[in-house]
Amino acid sequence: MFELIGIPPQALFGQLLLGLINGAFYAMLSLGLAVIFGMLNVINFTHGAQYMMGAFAAWLLLGILDVPFWASLVLAPILVGLFGVVLERVMLKRIYHLDHLYGFLLTFGLALVIEGLFQWKWGSSGAPYPNPIPGGYNLGFMFMPTYRAFVVVAALVICLATWYGIERTKLGAYLRAATENPTLVRAFGINVPRLITLTYGLGVGLAALAGVLAAPIQQVSALMGTNLVLVVFAVVVIGGMGSIMGSIVTGFGLGLIEGLTKVFYPPASNTVIFVVMALVLLIKPAGLFGQTK
Amino acid sequence: MAETLLKVEDLQAWYGESHILHGVGFEIGRGELVTLLGRNGAGKTTTLKSVMGIVEKRTGSVTFEGKETVSQPSDAIARLGLAYCPEERGIFSSLNVEENLMLPPMVRPGGMSLSEIYQLFPNLQERRRSQGTKLSGGEQQMLAIGRILRTGATLLLLDEPTEGLAPVIVQRIGEIIRQLKGRGFTILLVEQNFHFAATVADRHYIMEDGHVVDIMTAADVKQNIGKLQAYLGV
Repeated sequence: MFELIGIPPQALFGQLLLGLINGAFYAMLSLGLAVIFGMLNVINFTHGAQYMMGAFAAWLLLGILDVPFWASLVLAPILVGLFGVVLERVMLKRIYHLDHLYGFLLTFGLALVIEGLFQWKWGSSGAPYPNPIPGGYNLGFMFMPTYRAFVVVAALVICLATWYGIERTKLGAYLRAATENPTLVRAFGINVPRLITLTYGLGVGLAALAGVLAAPIQQVSALMGTNLVLVVFAVVVIGGMGSIMGSIVTGFGLGLIEGLTKVFYPPASNTVIFVVMALVLLIKPAGLFGQTK
Repeated sequence: MAETLLKVEDLQAWYGESHILHGVGFEIGRGELVTLLGRNGAGKTTTLKSVMGIVEKRTGSVTFEGKETVSQPSDAIARLGLAYCPEERGIFSSLNVEENLMLPPMVRPGGMSLSEIYQLFPNLQERRRSQGTKLSGGEQQMLAIGRILRTGATLLLLDEPTEGLAPVIVQRIGEIIRQLKGRGFTILLVEQNFHFAATVADRHYIMEDGHVVDIMTAADVKQNIGKLQAYLGV
């Protein structure tokens, strides 16, 4: 059947799997970006650098302290998240009352500085990270590497856990309320500045967690997150600024669309997400899941 | 007057460059129900916000149970036992009714339980899974009041709870406010609707241009009605 339209099934499913994995990363990263934007009103362009830091943290933990992958999955996000907390306390908190442009300049500049420092110390060629679960299954129509299947499942679990945390818990209710009206939430006795710091730390930790998951698939390199942040930003815009479910669905969906584009018309695969973004903004300016304010 | 709970002296407040309050002073005893009356723009809402610590800049003195709060952030002030119900009600659209009710954290023991609050506002229980902003105006007002009863706060700051509501709802809110006073809450009420205020309050402070210009007890109101009407421009 597939041969009828001239596409061998291995190529189709291979690209779909690749799309799904890319989508898993888009979803995890856009989730953090969306949560941070909702609370801080800052588009965190340092997100890609923080994703890279997660991968590096795992790589360094393994190389220097012999910490295994599974422990890094917990440790690296905590370390990078703490770095985020410091960043928020020292720099970001000073710009909340200013125009979005300042947040963009600050976080974008920080990303350049961080990536530059990593590049200076470790070069840009990248280092491999050993696959913690090698092997795979032959599904008949394609070969499924075990680790990649794990990444897709792990990303789904992480996304749903984040969604649950925000939509169904008390802390999540504080977060949602403070996103809408921080002044009133603070007047109820909640320490909103601390909540903002915590949100940023969690969002950054989520980016680092994605970085750790990416380490065995990609080369661990200083620039691994540079282009990603643009795509992820597009995902957030398409999903609707600040919408959690929107980020998850759009992340996975766009990964798949990108994969399919690679099968049917490869030259467009780098731009298809931005074309989708333009179309969505024309039809629904608030994004697919966004609410017009 | 009973033991003083809240004492405000020479309170000044600013929004950006505009100087709104020019030395407001008043006090409330524990268990009292006091109103701030005055025309639009007299500074009533700003006074409430300044007591709660949510204006950009304020000076002077605001003591609650003898503790100075004027340099404290609003979350610290709330934790002393003050609770604020804003004029625009501030219902969160991303939270359902029950989440809205449960949002403000307990600041002291002795607040009302959720079931007591539902007894007071049966409509809210029926609609507890609805999105907060899908309620009618009256229900949203009840939610905004109900929300601050759980926390154990002893002083309630209510900003125009009757604004824009039908007479039958205004009457219901009046009953509720009297019940709350009966339960021992101290209430500072900002009102435009003097007829409503007169039915519930012990004392009235009349504000004009960012000052308190007169004080009347509930008993004085009848003989001073002409003066009061002149103040309020009715």
